[in-house]
Amino acid sequence: MSIVIENLSHIYMKGSPFEKVALNDINLRIGEEEFVAIIGPTGSGKSTLVQHFNGLLKPTQGRIIVNDIEVTGSNLKELRRQVGIVFQYPEHQLFEETVYKDIAFGLHKQGLDTKEIDKRIRKTIKMVGLNEDILEKSPFELSGGQKRRVAIAGVLVMNPKILVLDEPTAGLDPKGRDEIFSFILQLYKEMHMTIILVSHSMEDVARLAKRVIVMYKGKIAMDGYPGEVFSKAEQLESMGLSAPQISYLMRKLKKIIPEINENIFTISEAKKEIMKYL
Amino acid sequence: MNDSIVKVNDVSYIYSSNISEGREVKALSEINAEFKRGQFIVVIGRNGSGKSTFARLLNALLLPVEGTVIVNGIDTRDEEKVWEIRRSVGMVFQNPDNQIVGTIVEEDVAFGPENLGLPTEEIIKRVADALQAVGISEYSKYAPHLLSGGQKQRVAIAGILAMKPECIVLDEATSMLDPIGRKEVMNVLKKLNKEEGITVIHITHHMDEASMADRVIIVDEGKIVLDGPPKKVFSNVEKVKGLGLDVPQVTELFNELKKEGFQLPDGVLSVDEAVDILADIIVRNP
Repeated sequence: MSIVIENLSHIYMKGSPFEKVALNDINLRIGEEEFVAIIGPTGSGKSTLVQHFNGLLKPTQGRIIVNDIEVTGSNLKELRRQVGIVFQYPEHQLFEETVYKDIAFGLHKQGLDTKEIDKRIRKTIKMVGLNEDILEKSPFELSGGQKRRVAIAGVLVMNPKILVLDEPTAGLDPKGRDEIFSFILQLYKEMHMTIILVSHSMEDVARLAKRVIVMYKGKIAMDGYPGEVFSKAEQLESMGLSAPQISYLMRKLKKIIPEINENIFTISEAKKEIMKYL
Repeated sequence: MNDSIVKVNDVSYIYSSNISEGREVKALSEINAEFKRGQFIVVIGRNGSGKSTFARLLNALLLPVEGTVIVNGIDTRDEEKVWEIRRSVGMVFQNPDNQIVGTIVEEDVAFGPENLGLPTEEIIKRVADALQAVGISEYSKYAPHLLSGGQKQRVAIAGILAMKPECIVLDEATSMLDPIGRKEVMNVLKKLNKEEGITVIHITHHMDEASMADRVIIVDEGKIVLDGPPKKVFSNVEKVKGLGLDVPQVTELFNELKKEGFQLPDGVLSVDEAVDILADIIVRNP
């Protein structure tokens, strides 16, 4: 098991007038090499949950164990080597003079030698789909999508076993989004990383994840295959979410063609299914 | 009053950067556009296409290097009228953290109207109305940093609404909201547009938002490459995708089915429309 969570609760500003229960008795297991998406409306506890994965937040109650490391105390350094978190708008954290130095920052902290650092940086920059010639540029000269990828490279270069991405494509155009997701899929398939993706885009979640966890008011409201979760469109809507547009089309077609398979949420599947009836 | 709120004439904009030895970047080149009062316009384009530059020219945050931008008959280069321009064209940005100045929500929303020198009762009313319009009234006494990203963005929008602008420009203001949050903001914008006649110029990457507009403009490499009603613009599926953009899922599905040789109309944007067309074909050929 990559991540085991037992009876986890988190309360912000406990004892103050603004006390807020962000997570309420969460139980969750995420296996090795899973590709999990976490969805949920704003304020449902998604970001609070993932910040427990590397000990940025400590449980108010309950416990969380990541790759056999209990997230409470002394082992934070090792924990953070295993769990890489890419926050929203990670490019805001770029600060070095060159892309190279920025990506190298974490490695220097680990005390690796220059040669090893150089090797890892060159490998990582290719993993995020950028050329080596970008390494000597200032991060601030790059486009939005490139900056984002450099920032993600700074996390990947640490070789995490678990990669958590909190809205990695927010604010990017569709092409920039596809570029990011294509290398994330590659990390999942070729590097065998456990991927945990927090996203608002149901279309992307439907396309990429093998398992979808729905958070609502600090609890896990649903947990299942994308097909199971997205077939419950009304329930998702009552929580302020939605299903991909295609699944609404299939549900409405079902009323006209009772034998059609409505449990479909991507364009390519919909095309195949609809062609049977045209 | 003529019926155009903003007119953009042969506008070019060039950024010169000192970092890389005076290299110049032409962000916009010879743009022409006219925005009619009361329209709901959506601007889409890739990151770096020039759409944010374009937005910033509309209320004199940037001034054209060549050409003119005329807001309500006033040239944006007229320094003495700049506040008049910014009162009629309000701007909401992508990151709410950079636009919130107040220590509690209602103070933040009151910032604009206070600076207009309005009477207290009027300010209180405008703040309450604006907060209600964006669905955030219950948080009026909260410190902004206690709100989630989506809530903060709605506070930022309320701050502009309290200025009662004639036109609101939103530069990717919905990027960080969840689907319902986005829908709420879009509903607020639609209501302000239909009921109050406020012109909305909304820059977004969300194609479903573009399909709700009266007019869609696609900007690429500093030029307007497509401009028209959403149905017309999105009927160019291959061209839109070639520009690195998306079309709504049903539009793409129809395009895929057409490639297989099925006779289907172009520019189908909504689920209901798609169901009607497919049902019609299936019922005709049982």
